[in-house]
Amino acid sequence: MPRRVSLFVTCIVDQLFPPVGLAIADVLERKGCEVEFLEAQTCCAQPAFNSGYRDEAREVARHFIETFRDAEYVIAASGSCCTMVSHHYEDLFAGDAHMLKEAHRLSARTFEFSAFLTDILNVDDFGARYDGVVTYHDSCHALRELGIKNGPRRLLSKVRGLTLKEMPAAEECCGFGGTFSVKFASVSGAMARTKIDSIESTGAGAVVSIDSSCLMQLRGALLRAGSEIKTLHLAEVLASR
Amino acid sequence: MSSSYPIQIDATVHDPALQKAVYTATGRLMDMRRNAVALVPQFEELRNHANAVKRHTIGHLDHYLELVERNVEAHGGEVVFAQDSTEVADFILTLAKQKGAKLFVKSKSMTTEEIHLNSRLEAHQLEAVETDLGEYILQLADERPYHIIAPALHYTRHDVARIFEKKLGRTETEPSDQAMIARAVLRQKFLDADIGITGANFVIADSGAVVVVENEGNARLTHSAPKIHIAIAGIEKIIPRAQDLAVFLALLGRSATGQAMSVYTSFVSGPRRTGEVDGPDEFYLILLDNGRTKVLADEAKRQSLYCIRCGACLNHCPVYRKIGGHNYPWIYSGPIGAILTPQFHGIDHDPWLPFASSLCGACAEVCPVKIDIPRVLLELRRDVIESKTAAGANKLERMVFRMWAWAMKRPHMYERLGKMAAIGAPRGDAKTGWIKDLPGFLAPGPVAGWLQERDLPRPAAHSFRELWRERQKKKGPAT
Repeated sequence: MPRRVSLFVTCIVDQLFPPVGLAIADVLERKGCEVEFLEAQTCCAQPAFNSGYRDEAREVARHFIETFRDAEYVIAASGSCCTMVSHHYEDLFAGDAHMLKEAHRLSARTFEFSAFLTDILNVDDFGARYDGVVTYHDSCHALRELGIKNGPRRLLSKVRGLTLKEMPAAEECCGFGGTFSVKFASVSGAMARTKIDSIESTGAGAVVSIDSSCLMQLRGALLRAGSEIKTLHLAEVLASR
Repeated sequence: MSSSYPIQIDATVHDPALQKAVYTATGRLMDMRRNAVALVPQFEELRNHANAVKRHTIGHLDHYLELVERNVEAHGGEVVFAQDSTEVADFILTLAKQKGAKLFVKSKSMTTEEIHLNSRLEAHQLEAVETDLGEYILQLADERPYHIIAPALHYTRHDVARIFEKKLGRTETEPSDQAMIARAVLRQKFLDADIGITGANFVIADSGAVVVVENEGNARLTHSAPKIHIAIAGIEKIIPRAQDLAVFLALLGRSATGQAMSVYTSFVSGPRRTGEVDGPDEFYLILLDNGRTKVLADEAKRQSLYCIRCGACLNHCPVYRKIGGHNYPWIYSGPIGAILTPQFHGIDHDPWLPFASSLCGACAEVCPVKIDIPRVLLELRRDVIESKTAAGANKLERMVFRMWAWAMKRPHMYERLGKMAAIGAPRGDAKTGWIKDLPGFLAPGPVAGWLQERDLPRPAAHSFRELWRERQKKKGPAT
C-alpha cells in the first residue's frame, strides 16, 4: 500500500529553493508514496514565535494546523520548521484545549524528510548517484530537538560515487538563527566563517544539510568568501542519478 | 530602554587575537568535558536526577531555608538572610568594626561579584584580596570575570605578564612562574587576614554544611586560616541531603573542566569545636536573595535557578565564543547570563539580550541540571515584546509582524507577494545569481544586515507551487 504523504515544503523552499521541494517529491514517489501538495500552506509561524510575537504566531500556526488537518503524513523539508510544528505549537496553544489537541494530533504525524525515510519507510538506498566528496552539516534543531544524527549519514553512505568526509565540529551552529542573522549580523557572519573553515578543512566539494535555511546562510557566506564549495539539500543528493 | 546591542560586540568579533584566545580556551574545555563524560555511561541519568533534585528543592525552598538555618545554628554558626547587596555590606561592615578587622581574603565567588562586595569594602578603607589566581589577576587589572569558572579566560600569559609588570614589577611570562609570584603575595595575606570570605557551591540542608569546590587550595586557606569565616550563597544553592551531593559533584567537575572531581572539596559545618585544632572561631552563612525570589515566582522560568555555575553552557555557546564575556551586561555571561540577567534586572533593562542567540540548543544539551535555556529565552523574548508593546516602543516591528500574519493566513496573497518579490528583486551576480550588494534605498535594515556578511539569494523566478502545478499537469489528470 503506497503511503499518502503531504509535502510541507516551507516558505523558504517555496520562495527561494523550489528544486529542493521537487527533489523531495521525486525521492518519495520513487518508493511508492502518493505525494500531495496542499496549496493553502504558507509558513509554520516560526519567525513570529522566535521573535516574541506569540499572538501573530498563533494565528499563522492555526492556519497551518487547519491546512494539514486531514493529512496522513506531513513531510517537512526542514528540521527547524518541523520542530516548530512538532515541539512548539503546544506552547502556543497551551491555553486552548481544543487547539492543543489538534496541535498534538498534527505533531504525531509530522516528520522531517530524512527521518521519514529512515524511520517510517525504513529505506536507506534510493539508487542515487553523486560523484564527489561531500561533508554533512548537522542543523541544530534537527540534531538537538529531533535527535537526527545518523540517519542522513546512512542515507548518504548508500549514494554511489559519493564520499562522505566528516568535518570537525559538525554539530556547531552555522549562525543562521532566523532574525538573529540580521539583528546580530556581525556575530552571525563570524559564526558562518568558523563553520566554513571546518567545511573547507575536509576538502569536500559540497556541504549537505537537511535545512535550506542553514544552506542559505552557508552558501551566502561561501559566495562572499569567493569559495567554490556548493551547498546541497540532502533531497537533491538522493534525487540525483 | 535600548533595543540595540552594545556596539563593542562588533569590535570583539573583529579582534583576531581575542577571538583566537576565547575560541581556543573554550574549545579546550569542550574537549575535556567530552572526554570526561564519555567515561560515565550513566551521565544522562545523573543529569535527570540532578534536575529532579533541583526542581524539588526550588519548589520547596521555604522549607529548606528553615532547615539550613536550624542545622547551621546547631553547629554553632550563624545564618544571616540578606535581601540585597546593601544588607550584605551592612552586616559585614558592622562585623568588621566590632572585631577591628582590616584585611579580608576572598576565594572565588560569583555571588560576591553580583553585589560588588570588594568595592563596598574598599569604600570603607578595608582591604579585600582575591586569592583565586584568575580572580587575583582580574583584581590587579580592575576587570570583572570574563567567564564563570575561568575568570581570566581571555588573557594570554603575555597579557598576565603585562599586568604583573605594571602592578607587581615582575616580568615573568611562564604561567608556573606567574603562579609562584601570586602565591608568594597571597600566602602572606592568608596569614595576616582577619576575615575569610568564600562562596558556596552547595549548602546542604540536612547537615547544615557549606560545600566549597576548587582547584587551587586557596578557598581552603580562606575558610580555615582567618579567625572568622563568612560564606555567602544565593538561596538557590541549597540541596536537601548530603547524599544528593554525590550526584552534583559527579556532574560539576566533569561539566566545568572535565575533571572527575575538582582538586579540593571542602565541607564546612560551623566554627572550630572544642578539641579541634583547625578552623575559625566564628562562622557566618549569608543567604542572599538579591532578586532570586522574583525568579521563583514564574513557573516556566524558575528552572533558571537550578544553575550550579559550571560554565559548560558558555564553553559550548557559539555566540559566547564570538562575543566573549565582557559584552554581556552582567557578571553572568553566556547562555545562563542571558536568561538570569533579564530576570534579575528586569525585562526592560537589556531587551536585546534574549535575542542574542541562534537558539542552537548547545547550552541545553550540556547543562548538567538540564535547564532548558532556549525555552526560557523564548519566554523572555515574549516578555520583551509584551513590555515593548505596552509601552508602544515597537510600533514598526509589530506592524510588520501583523501584516506578515495577515498575509500568511491568505495563501493567494502570500503567493502574489512572493511573485512581486521575484519580479521586483534586483538581478543577482552574473555567475552565481545571488545578490552581492544593493543601494541603500533598496536595502531596508534586515536586508542590509544580511548583505553586510553574506550574499543574498534572489527569489526563485517560479515558486515551488508554480513548478508543482506544472509537474502535476505533465503527469496527467489527478487520480
